[in-house]
Amino acid sequence: MSASASPVLETKSLVKAFGGIIATDNVTFSLPPGARHALIGPNGAGKTTFVNLLSGVLPATSGQVILNGQDVTNWTVRDRSRAGLARTFQINQLYPDLSPIKSVLIAINERENAAQSWFRKLGARSDLVDEAAELLKRLNLGGVMHDRVGSMPYGLQRLLEIAIALASKPKVLLLDEPAAGVPEGERDQILDVVAALPESVSLILIEHDMDLVFRFAKTISVLVNGALFVEGTRDEIARDPRVRKVYLGEEEIAHG
Amino acid sequence: MSVVDKDALAPATPAPSPAPAAAISPARRLLLDSRWRWWELLFWVACAASFWVFPKKLMLISEIFILGLLALSIDLVLGFAGLVTLGQGAFFGIGAYAAGLMAKAGMGVAPLSDPLLGLAVAGLAAGAVGFATSFLVLRGSDLTRLMVTLGVALIFEEMVIKFKDITGGSDGLQGVMSSPVLGVWSFDLFGRTAFWYSLILTFLIFLFCRRLVNSNYGLSLLAIKGNPLRARTIGMPVNARLVSIYTIAAAIAGISGGMLTQTTQFVSPDMAAFHRSADALLILIFGGSGFLYGGLVGAVAFRVMQDFLGNITPQYWLFYVGLVLVLLVLFVRGGIIGMLMAASEKLTSRRNDQTGGRP
Amino acid sequence: MLTILFDGVAYGMLLFILAVGLCVTLGLMNFVNLAHGAFAMAGGYLTVVMMNRMGISFWWCLPAAFLFSAALGAILERTLYRRLYDKTHLDQVLFSIGLIFMSMAAVDYAMGASQQIVNLPSYLSGRVEIFGAQVGVYRLFVIAVCGVLAVGLQFIIARTRFGSQLRASVDDGRVARGLGIDVTRIFSLTFAVGSGLAGLGGALGASILSMDPFFPLKYMIYFLIVIAVGGATTITGPFFASLLLGIADVGGKYFVPAIGGFIIYTIMVAVLIFRPEGLFTRRTRR
Repeated sequence: MSASASPVLETKSLVKAFGGIIATDNVTFSLPPGARHALIGPNGAGKTTFVNLLSGVLPATSGQVILNGQDVTNWTVRDRSRAGLARTFQINQLYPDLSPIKSVLIAINERENAAQSWFRKLGARSDLVDEAAELLKRLNLGGVMHDRVGSMPYGLQRLLEIAIALASKPKVLLLDEPAAGVPEGERDQILDVVAALPESVSLILIEHDMDLVFRFAKTISVLVNGALFVEGTRDEIARDPRVRKVYLGEEEIAHG
Repeated sequence: MSVVDKDALAPATPAPSPAPAAAISPARRLLLDSRWRWWELLFWVACAASFWVFPKKLMLISEIFILGLLALSIDLVLGFAGLVTLGQGAFFGIGAYAAGLMAKAGMGVAPLSDPLLGLAVAGLAAGAVGFATSFLVLRGSDLTRLMVTLGVALIFEEMVIKFKDITGGSDGLQGVMSSPVLGVWSFDLFGRTAFWYSLILTFLIFLFCRRLVNSNYGLSLLAIKGNPLRARTIGMPVNARLVSIYTIAAAIAGISGGMLTQTTQFVSPDMAAFHRSADALLILIFGGSGFLYGGLVGAVAFRVMQDFLGNITPQYWLFYVGLVLVLLVLFVRGGIIGMLMAASEKLTSRRNDQTGGRP
Repeated sequence: MLTILFDGVAYGMLLFILAVGLCVTLGLMNFVNLAHGAFAMAGGYLTVVMMNRMGISFWWCLPAAFLFSAALGAILERTLYRRLYDKTHLDQVLFSIGLIFMSMAAVDYAMGASQQIVNLPSYLSGRVEIFGAQVGVYRLFVIAVCGVLAVGLQFIIARTRFGSQLRASVDDGRVARGLGIDVTRIFSLTFAVGSGLAGLGGALGASILSMDPFFPLKYMIYFLIVIAVGGATTITGPFFASLLLGIADVGGKYFVPAIGGFIIYTIMVAVLIFRPEGLFTRRTRR
């Protein structure tokens, strides 16, 4: 997939091996600015491993990750985040004992370097709190912003995952199955939020749900056994008989 | 991660009274979370009043403040940043010896024997060692941390015995005389000066901690305790934060050790022994961690219990301590404060039910 | 020189028997039972009572100590420990420290605070000469018994059906459960046997280690070092760790008495920092 503008995120021959198992097999990939890209593949294709390599949660065995033209392969999770890479997790990674407003404020504080301040009380920087509140309202979380996260309904927790990732104003956002486990009725809400994200954020969506993928993505990569199987536009992938065979076919069988 | 399943919305305070959500801005609401409650004022007034209520127990009461302060320092790392430690007693011991050596060097005369200067040195020394060893607790699981901190504490305990020339070995340092506090109040036999000295300093350090945990910095610690992976992914320098809070807590533990030296006028190796760490952790768990008051409340409860049960069967006091620990872990989450808060929540919800039932 | 080596080996073997149960239960359930030493103390004191007060032969004391501590372990596991499996490490540590305190006070109450002396049968005391070194007969006896036990344990773990289930459960409890292995039952059994071995170790060590109410607290740190160095995924790791610790401790106290304890703690901290899973563990996946 070649892009006219210089890519915001690239990988070059990225490999991740767990002992003898190759989870990510020589993946070379690039993401143009403003992308709406989906990463699909059958179960165990190595999608989440790939996201973990991109975000730095796992170290790569070999190859490179390049963010905004900088080689970030050896950077920590934190440094990649500060360079504009944010992610959500397939399994919620939240602060169960805190409230949504605090959860989001934590990320905003880090972005604004306000978290070193130990003397000013929480809430004294009302500009930051207001920003957090605005963000939560935009994501339909305004009504629960003072509740305890751990006691919130699952669907709202999934939204909060996205809110926290957005709070650091990322250039690239990796969404790891944002709708995983969310009941049918609440999926639209999450999809609407994803669809409403500004062009300035380049998106990679990892999803299982084909409806969601085809509604959202302009371009799609298919990952099979850790390797890039095929890449193309939404229509190309939808028509590709090989993809039907390895992926859609399996889905149809699985869903009867 | 957390010992205590508590409502972390309000680390130092009980759940705020329900206010109309639209009426106040979110920022205002966060500010209100950290306002002073009536029971906090009551607590500190009661502490001061104990001077007149128990005039014969002033030494014991100052020791309670000091133990409470040590437990508070553990609360900072455990209750707020989620780091388990069994080694806080080492910093207490370092502070105790640092203050003792300073006072001895000055022969009881200012400036070297000035108690506040001694505390500053105690805090700096313990803080420096805390900073140096903080890097050891960044890696590994809770279990590794417990073992590493325990190991560091034991190494320190050995060193105290081995470096006899400095520490006086198993005899400790005798006759540690400080010059009068601020040049006016000298430490007396009845513990009057010791009482106010330890109460006021404990209160000031408490104010500092209260400010700390109610700031954006404190919030970031709660994030680390809640989910370190998430904290890293949003760009938080988790390790740097942990190093800083561990160092601060070590310094506070050192100051409390220094206070014990100055008020009791001697240092014994017992002050650096491992059981200090265990006692202080126990006191915090008694009181409830993550509330800021747990250490102080726990210290009171611990000493009162020790006085009461210890008088009946001094030898088997340890049995009751063990029993209470076992029962606490099995049945009570959040210690004394946790219990009080659960009870008060039940009360308010019952009251709300009653008023809500009316048309 | 050789005498010290023998003493160290005997001491190390004893440590292994004392600590092996703790290592396996830690690896199996990720459960930290710091009160493991209390079971050893139970075995030791039972021996003291049986021999000194009832005049029962030493040979009956060893199996009795095993059974007594195993039963104690099984009962406590059923009633108390079980409630703590899903709690945090800190809760487990506090709970087991509570148990240590209670056991210390209880022993103090029943037997007094002073150290208990065990009078060994005459044919086990005395010394023999091996390779020109004077070696205590009892030390040799301890080495032999512990050696047989260690080989037996290794056999059970490596060759029997129970052993393979145990290994699978330590490797990955979730997968083992998925395969239909009753991990909870294995744990109960392992806990009981581990406690029993500790009790046996306490009985064997009653005359070598000082048997007083502080026993569980004093040896807790040694057990932790064995785990830190040996890891908790095999029993060979703890075995070599125990030997090393035994020799280092005896040797250290003999050659450099001034810094004996110091070295051991430093080694523990260093190992924990550089190899958090222990020195003698195979590097596992992930």
